[in-house]
Amino acid sequence: MSARRIFARPARLAAIAPYLWMALFFLVPFGFVLKIGLSQTAVAQPPYLPVFDLTQGAAALKAAAAQLSLDNFRLLVSDNLYILSYLRSLIVAAVSTAILLGIGYPIAYGMARLPRHWQSIAMMLVIVPFWTSFLIRIYAWINILQHDGLLNKILLALHLVSAPVVWLSTDSAMYLGIVYSYLPFMILPLYATLARMDPALLEAASDLGASPRSTFWLVTFPLSLPGVGAGALLCFIPIVGEFVIPDLLAGSNAMMIGQTLWLEFFTNKDWPVASAAAVVLLVLLVAPLALYDRMQRRQLEGVS
Amino acid sequence: MARPLNRISPFNVVSLALGLAFLYLPIVILVIYSFNASRLVTVWGGWSLRWYREFLHDRAMLDAAWMSLKVAAVSATSATLLGTLAAVALSRGERFKGRTLFSGMLYAPLVMPEVITGLSLLLLFVAVGAERGFWTVTIAHTTLTMCFVAVVVQSRLAPLDRSLEEAAMDLGCNPVQAFLRVTLPLIFPAIAAGWMLAFTLSLDDVVIASFTTGPGSATLPIRIYSEVRLGVKPEINAICTLVLALIAVVIIVASFASKLTSARGESAAPL
Repeated sequence: MSARRIFARPARLAAIAPYLWMALFFLVPFGFVLKIGLSQTAVAQPPYLPVFDLTQGAAALKAAAAQLSLDNFRLLVSDNLYILSYLRSLIVAAVSTAILLGIGYPIAYGMARLPRHWQSIAMMLVIVPFWTSFLIRIYAWINILQHDGLLNKILLALHLVSAPVVWLSTDSAMYLGIVYSYLPFMILPLYATLARMDPALLEAASDLGASPRSTFWLVTFPLSLPGVGAGALLCFIPIVGEFVIPDLLAGSNAMMIGQTLWLEFFTNKDWPVASAAAVVLLVLLVAPLALYDRMQRRQLEGVS
Repeated sequence: MARPLNRISPFNVVSLALGLAFLYLPIVILVIYSFNASRLVTVWGGWSLRWYREFLHDRAMLDAAWMSLKVAAVSATSATLLGTLAAVALSRGERFKGRTLFSGMLYAPLVMPEVITGLSLLLLFVAVGAERGFWTVTIAHTTLTMCFVAVVVQSRLAPLDRSLEEAAMDLGCNPVQAFLRVTLPLIFPAIAAGWMLAFTLSLDDVVIASFTTGPGSATLPIRIYSEVRLGVKPEINAICTLVLALIAVVIIVASFASKLTSARGESAAPL
């Protein structure tokens, strides 16, 4: 038996602890989400007795006697608030991802063309904000964007505006915050594919008479598509469920599903509906997640 | 060899410089304003450490900071153990039953919206009647961050030459010895980086902590978040700067750890 095969067995045993942990704390919880999303009796479970929303009335409590029900899901479909929230989340995520691609691509492209030594420094510089707090970075923007903040001061000093502009609690502030926070998530996969590209391909293209521009569109860009896909999914999926950024920068205008879910859960204390909303959100996201998984595996196979 | 198309153009330089400025300027401004003597966040009143002193007298904030550090230290440590085991299983175990499910479970939390992860964990804790507080937040953070550790360690483990392990076993090591004496020292920088990433992620999290914590055990981000919602306060600038400083120390230590091995002739892992 080769040494490699001997090593494989204890390595497989190493999976036991993390496997059990993830099953217990990642997989099983979804079972509870589904159960509570489907049932109304679980609501009366002490000691966390969630108060039934008054708008649902006593009738809802009586109906709760019937165990499994799709009522929560029916509510999601019939209530405009939810439909609009889901739609809005998907639109915000799509627009943000498009902006991120537009901004992130030139940066990643620039990084990939730096001399080797500078590449690792640039890489470090992009990773550092990824390590620093999300919350703090959003807060830093609040400092800048507020009514008498730095941005308005600069604009006034340059006479670009005559009165302070309202930045906070607007969609633009939210998009700015999202793009700012997710930029490293977009740059890193793009950079990874661009840096791996064989420069001989570019030489060949130019030898064959392609202009730099057509080399980019005919060679570089198509070859970087796996990175584009990975970056887009890495940004799109979490943005759909984003809570902190819209809440702090767009205020109550944002109406994204993450906020609605949070509100339903903490303010209205309607856990069954919040659970049902989470299930729907999950289903909406499973498709891109599966796609991402498949792409990752294809990339891994491409490497080996 | 000439690489005519691989040269860096002014466009590349400008987009890189603008990108990096965009990433760093807000943080720099925040740090500068944390030393502002003025009560108004936007009016510059000269340099001062006033808000740092204020923080040191803020009992609630200090308690939250202590809670956060404890959660981050414990969850990062357990996440590193579990994440490293997972990385070993994925890159050295080859095929085993349920491998696809295993890797799926490890990758999913990386992109799963935090609201869903938090909600589902809370419902689990409520269902089993666990009292919410330090331990529930720690378990939640371990679950989330072990996935990041697994990815970081695996990225280091995968390209590692297996003949090193095989040579150790040919020379009489059993697999566990070969791992401890040969593989572990080689992937140590990634393990250290994984721990630090887990630590900073835990120190940063608002959403999952809000779902899984109980009354009286708020973490620092939860406190900061509730303060920020009410408006900008200069003391928050100081607290944020302290957190940034702590993270900066962590990053410097991490880059030292990876430099140590590049000195040994290894190429440094990206994370």
